[in-house]
Amino acid sequence: MAARHARPAGLIRLALYGFGLLPAAVSFVLGATDRLGADPVNTFERTLGLWALRFLILSLCVTPLRDMTGINVLRYRRALGLLAFWYALFHLSAYVALDQGFDLHTLLADVTERPFIILGMVAFTILAALAATSNGWSIRRLGRRWKVLHRLAYAAAICAAIHFILSFKVIRAETLLYGGVVAGLLAFRVWRALSRRAKPPPA
Amino acid sequence: ADLAAHPGALSGTGLKPTPLRDVTHYNNFYEFGLEKTDPAERSGAFHPRPWTVQVDGMVAKPRTYDIDALLTRPLEERIYRMRCVEAWSMVIPWIGFALRDLLAEVEPLGSAKYVAFESVVRPSEMPGQGGVLPVLDWPYVEGLRLDEAMHPLTILAVGLYGQTLPNQNGAPIRLVVPWKYGFKGIKSIVRIRLTDRQPRTSWNLRASDEYGFYANVNPAVDHPRWSQASERPIGAGGGFFGAARQPTLPFNGYGEQVAGLYAGMDLRRDF
Repeated sequence: MAARHARPAGLIRLALYGFGLLPAAVSFVLGATDRLGADPVNTFERTLGLWALRFLILSLCVTPLRDMTGINVLRYRRALGLLAFWYALFHLSAYVALDQGFDLHTLLADVTERPFIILGMVAFTILAALAATSNGWSIRRLGRRWKVLHRLAYAAAICAAIHFILSFKVIRAETLLYGGVVAGLLAFRVWRALSRRAKPPPA
Repeated sequence: ADLAAHPGALSGTGLKPTPLRDVTHYNNFYEFGLEKTDPAERSGAFHPRPWTVQVDGMVAKPRTYDIDALLTRPLEERIYRMRCVEAWSMVIPWIGFALRDLLAEVEPLGSAKYVAFESVVRPSEMPGQGGVLPVLDWPYVEGLRLDEAMHPLTILAVGLYGQTLPNQNGAPIRLVVPWKYGFKGIKSIVRIRLTDRQPRTSWNLRASDEYGFYANVNPAVDHPRWSQASERPIGAGGGFFGAARQPTLPFNGYGEQVAGLYAGMDLRRDF
């Protein structure tokens, strides 16, 4: 029985990784072959960062989707979260290697002085910690603390959304939309926590 | 249209111009939209004719210039570096004439200390000027100190690459101040006014901690969100591996000619 259920889920998960990594692969090939416009490094960086935020948002949609519609895709949440982590890692690597050319002086100033960059680094650090503890062994080992730890995903989403808003010279409708979605997803959690406290569920 | 010009003595030597395609398809011109590709794609309905430029304020002989009359002046090609505040750069073969020549004709009064510039407002032809989320207050305004405006490197450009200015590059006439960040180069100018007070400038009004009045290219003074020490050359070709960052030069490489304008000033404070 278990095997019959696991198989389609496994295939879907595999497809999720495959399609999920496609934007990075396509964008890399285009950039490496000079088909990514006049400022290929910047375009690549932005593409990777945006997909990191998108997957992070998708992973935060899993619970509200279940609560509001009954559709349960919990088994794919880890894949969504890991995709967010991989994109954040690609985004950071593109910045460090392709954009700044490993210029340690600039990078050090970035992470110590510029709130815009610090927010991005905080988001990345959280995603890295969550990715590192996303395996079954960590879940068993950490027990209740695992759940608390993984609530840091909310903080990562807030930092990432502000980082995205600040990445342009002006406030844009697009960045505000992403910020609004993150705010909505967090508001849902707060509302749910408050309503549960007010009305304890039957044992 | 073709535009004849003789090579200017103040052209940079040894500069390789950025390909025309990139000069005309990678633009910040928020009147047409926020994306770099918007100005080329969304400026088709813009009419740079008929066009006049009003020059007035603290001058003895205020005048209104017709653009076609301006084009009959002796025009020079000036190949200049262009450094955007966003840390990318180009080399552009502009065609134009020294702003000082125009100012001399209107005879600034002794009381004039600054020059204020104003762009056109035409929401019907400039889709970026409408919208629910205005990014800047229109019209776009800029300003220079009079001595900066009178510097021989400061030009009014009416063309590039042997052609009249494309709409997306600020048709029909724009300011080019090569030692300052690109946003000082106000586009589609309709008015130039001499004044005794420091003019308000669009980006300074938007975020005064990020964009100063002077906006001199300065690798030692960072933008709060990114370093200004280096820049990505646009249109270098080769994709990821063709366009390594290059160091940004003080005054964008024009320090020898212009540093004297700022003697005794603290350029960290007056950024």
